[in-house]
Amino acid sequence: MSREAMEMPPKGGFSFDLCKRNDMLVKKGLKEPSFLKTGTTIVGLIFKDGVILGADTRATEGPIVADKNCEKIHYMAPNIYCCGAGTAADTEAVTDMVSSQLKLHRYHTGRESRVVTALSLLKSHLFSYQGHVSAALVLGGVDVTGPHLHTIYPHGSTDTLPFATMGSGSLAAMAVFESKYREGLTRDEGVKIVSEAICSGIFNDLGSGSNVDICVITQGEKEYLRNHMLPNPRTYISEKGYTFSKKTEVLRTKITPLTEMVEVIEGGDAMEE
Amino acid sequence: MNSVDSKPATSSLIGSEADSQRTLYPYVTGTSVVGIKYKDGILLAADMGGSYGSTLRYKSVERLKPVGKHSLIGGSGEISDFQEIMRYLDDLILSDNMWDDGNSLGPKEVHNYLTRIMYNRRNKFNPLWNSLVLGGVKNGQKYLGTVNMIGVHYEDNHVATGFGNHLARPLLRDEWHENLTFEEGVILLEKCMRVLLYRDRSAVNKLQIAKITEEGVTISPPYALKTFWNFSAFENPTLGAEGSW
Repeated sequence: MSREAMEMPPKGGFSFDLCKRNDMLVKKGLKEPSFLKTGTTIVGLIFKDGVILGADTRATEGPIVADKNCEKIHYMAPNIYCCGAGTAADTEAVTDMVSSQLKLHRYHTGRESRVVTALSLLKSHLFSYQGHVSAALVLGGVDVTGPHLHTIYPHGSTDTLPFATMGSGSLAAMAVFESKYREGLTRDEGVKIVSEAICSGIFNDLGSGSNVDICVITQGEKEYLRNHMLPNPRTYISEKGYTFSKKTEVLRTKITPLTEMVEVIEGGDAMEE
Repeated sequence: MNSVDSKPATSSLIGSEADSQRTLYPYVTGTSVVGIKYKDGILLAADMGGSYGSTLRYKSVERLKPVGKHSLIGGSGEISDFQEIMRYLDDLILSDNMWDDGNSLGPKEVHNYLTRIMYNRRNKFNPLWNSLVLGGVKNGQKYLGTVNMIGVHYEDNHVATGFGNHLARPLLRDEWHENLTFEEGVILLEKCMRVLLYRDRSAVNKLQIAKITEEGVTISPPYALKTFWNFSAFENPTLGAEGSW
């Protein structure tokens, strides 16, 4: 701490100062804290009028499912969304950070954000951290230059593709894409193929599971279909209800029905946070 | 039990040297094999590539072979170990024929024999570095099983080795059903092989499809799959994103 008082901290890039001390601690027997990985299937594809992104909803912590219904499709800009695989904290933090940078940029330029802007901001951030920020992203959006789909790897390299998959379930999903993708798909065909690819990841990969989230982005509008498909419903709730043992004398019966939660979305973006 | 028991004697000769040579890593390898059951029997598909590390050295390796009257084997992994397994199987079938008792080994028996070999070699830390697919029909009963180098074995309606597990099995789980016709089976296998060709770096566009039914074995001559590379996005991928790739 006293070092910082004397000199300016280095600007940007990864500070390797604590690595030697961490290695020494591990050698002495310290167990490094495990992190929440998303072990995921995320996909994107370009169709006739725009981009469709898809993701599963399982977050794993080693062999345990930590969150059965997490959100992996992150908001970047009104016309750009980003799916994230890898360490959940990294994908959240990096997409939030670039999202706020894009907002400031929009105020500055007075124009709609472009997908390449998000791409460049993300890749330069990830590259400067040399792969230690473990975020593998599928970035998609529609701007004035048209629909775009990119994949970004943790080390900072990017690809521009008509269809892409990332995460542990990427091979299962890519098998579906390679056999079914064609150019000029309509919206419904595209959503169907994306759902099939995510389901392929959910049922064939152990790191992916639960539900399918979809986001359809076209020129000027977007549809966030949260839990578009629920192929893993709970089916084991006993219908018989609870019965007391025969010796119990029933003194009074009072039935309280459970009220249903109703979501009120007042226009605007519900997930714009 | 029968003369088959004496076969391991030859393999123990190989493993008996004190400073035994063991398979530590594979050298020339074959990539995935995919197999499915269909209405009349079993269909297997494998390409004809033998890779030497990251070089595609041999492009005419036959990885699908008939075994006796009722079975078909497909091997991925180390090619020399696959050839050794074929020698063992040839000896097995020979002794079976010499009994001349009207009985012949069916696919279930051959699969069990292979499992014992693979597992025993693994226990001696000298594995045969292969993942095998064994399919066949005997007395109307279809059988499709797989064994790998550590002795894990199971049977199923569709199996795959290597990369096929990740790329082909999701497709098969979705689209396989009972009583596929021969044409449907071939289309399904070709779909899997095409995806493998696109996404497996050690795949070669020269494949064989083998069929086994009650009547016998047919292994097709080698042919190539049609691939599609003309997506407009591939022609000018960074149209909107100059500078990236």
